[in-house]
Amino acid sequence: MAEVTYLEAIRQGLTEEMERDASVFCLGEDIGKYGGAFKVTEGLFDRFGADRVIDTPISETGFVGAAAGAAHMGLRPVCEMQFIDFVSCAYSILTNYVATARYRAFLPCPMVVRGPSGGYVRGGPFHSQNPEAAFLHTPGLKIVYPATAADARGLIKSAIRDDDCVLFFEHKYLYRRVKEELPQGDGVVPIGKARLAREGKDLSIITYAATVWKALEAAAELEREDGLSVEVLDLRSLLPLDDDAIVATVKKTNRVLIVHEDTVTGGIAGELTARINELAFEWLDAPVRRVAAHDVPLPYAPQLEDFVLPQTSDIVRAARWLAAY
Amino acid sequence: MAASSATAPARASSADLTRDQLLELYYWMRLTRTLEERLVNLYRQTKVVGGLFRSLGQEACAVGSAYALRREDVLSPLIRNLGSMLVKGATPLEVLRQYMAKGDSPTRGRELNIHFGDVEDRNFVGQISHLGDMVPVMAGVTLSFRVRREPRVGLVYVGDGATSTGAFHEGINFAAVQRCPLVVIVENNRYAYSTPTDRQCAAERLADKAAGYGIPGVRGDGNDVVESYRLTREAVDRARAGGGPTLVELMTYRRKGHAEHDNQSYVPAGEIDRWARENDPLDRYSRVLGERHGVVAEELERIDTRVRDEVDRATDLAEASPPPEALDALAGVYADPPAMPVLWYREGIRSAVQAHERPASWGTHDG
Repeated sequence: MAEVTYLEAIRQGLTEEMERDASVFCLGEDIGKYGGAFKVTEGLFDRFGADRVIDTPISETGFVGAAAGAAHMGLRPVCEMQFIDFVSCAYSILTNYVATARYRAFLPCPMVVRGPSGGYVRGGPFHSQNPEAAFLHTPGLKIVYPATAADARGLIKSAIRDDDCVLFFEHKYLYRRVKEELPQGDGVVPIGKARLAREGKDLSIITYAATVWKALEAAAELEREDGLSVEVLDLRSLLPLDDDAIVATVKKTNRVLIVHEDTVTGGIAGELTARINELAFEWLDAPVRRVAAHDVPLPYAPQLEDFVLPQTSDIVRAARWLAAY
Repeated sequence: MAASSATAPARASSADLTRDQLLELYYWMRLTRTLEERLVNLYRQTKVVGGLFRSLGQEACAVGSAYALRREDVLSPLIRNLGSMLVKGATPLEVLRQYMAKGDSPTRGRELNIHFGDVEDRNFVGQISHLGDMVPVMAGVTLSFRVRREPRVGLVYVGDGATSTGAFHEGINFAAVQRCPLVVIVENNRYAYSTPTDRQCAAERLADKAAGYGIPGVRGDGNDVVESYRLTREAVDRARAGGGPTLVELMTYRRKGHAEHDNQSYVPAGEIDRWARENDPLDRYSRVLGERHGVVAEELERIDTRVRDEVDRATDLAEASPPPEALDALAGVYADPPAMPVLWYREGIRSAVQAHERPASWGTHDG
């Protein structure tokens, strides 16, 4: 089987779901004939027509709200944010209307909001964001953030089939860099289940998205140079979190490093640390530590962006500190 | 501000309505008013546990516009649209249970007042408090009608205040571009909380905003129930025929405060009395029914009595309704999982929770 990029895997998952279920449709800016800014929806307009691949005005509140209304009526919309940075324009309607619909009014709201996220691409402050933590605090939403092509395809399918709103974060650094053979068949990946990306026994790195790959690089280096056996847990789902997988890795290695690309204060690492305290404090041999972005807007220049974002060398340094504790 | 139509009789003819239908319009308006009066009593008895929002003086535009819909059409009400919801099939019992936060209320105690919906059968959507948001939502509801070629229409209400929001603009623009079968009604009741419309928008006519979206905009007398029906019906028919959205501005007047607690200190002296005296929608319509349609006073009194009996019966039932089960608060955030877990410090104290299902003070579950 041919190798497929992370981006192609998303498109393949979307296409398969649109073929399987006529109620699935896409809407967003420039996603029709043009195929989207990153070409995730390329070819879908010709295949499914203008009523199922809808070009919208520049209006994130407008088309996220419209997706919610269509979802109430039994359709399954998939909204594309041209860059996930613009999801903040729809923050109010997502958190106030969409996330509460089932609870307050028993309104089904099966919809997906997806879009290119993340840095390491010289995108500057408004084309590099990782706003997932802003939604972690909203009951009613689900959040997934795949790191592999197989998970990208499997999770977009689960997101579309889910009966609630799922935010599907795509890492644009991985779009064309990650390439692999996809599993045969449906390949659906359940929401709420983490993936053990590498087994180890001395120390655990819990991470997701692009930093999964940096953690794997770090793990290889630590094994090579320090003889350390490092486990890497790829969360994949951020809401709900896979507590079982988190506790299992803590109990196995007793040392935990949490790595994420989002800024450190108020990031998901804080929530993970609290959970580990509550669920597995007695199993820890060292304090839980975090490697994340500095608390600044993400700058453009390579010298600045690379300094702000977590790098493989940061993960190696932090892991050595933890191993020696 | 003058009561624009003053004492003039309703100028609209009976449109296409039969005598029975004309009397039905009166019934819905009277039911709206009587039910709200009952809610005021219950509010003063502290049986309404939250705020109370009145539509006094706005019954005609709420009832007349909603009456233009079919059962399968979807309506999205706002806080002054009790009348519209009743027309669409909401019952006084549901409204009373909802205001009194009962366990068998339409939202099982999760939401307040007339914030509830039913998209399975009667077809109205539970609103949220963020004004303007229902416009994009209804653009999507009606987009689904268009793409599925269903001959259904959506109607969304906004107030004069909500026309200032970004969501209103984005939603109506989306609906116009997609030619969704949507009717947007601006109920211009002259105040958004305390802010008069001229501090909300520099345009004299909010209906003129329609031109900016390339859709028709009309304005009418919202205190004339038949005109409200007729203008909405024209927009509904156009939408159903594939003609896209229409913006309908209905001019009315909010005679009560934003909510029951609001003392309306910002309203010029005499203004409310003048509207009550000269332009009450029920008084006006009663006169029209008498003068044009030969309806005698006894007929209207019979309707009034029927309404009172219905509201009495509903009140008795609602008062006897149980409060919600505290643990139900954790159910239904998601389809899956069906309920959120009880936090560790509350585990095993179910009996204690049950014993205090009516908290005595804010912020504590056990007083």
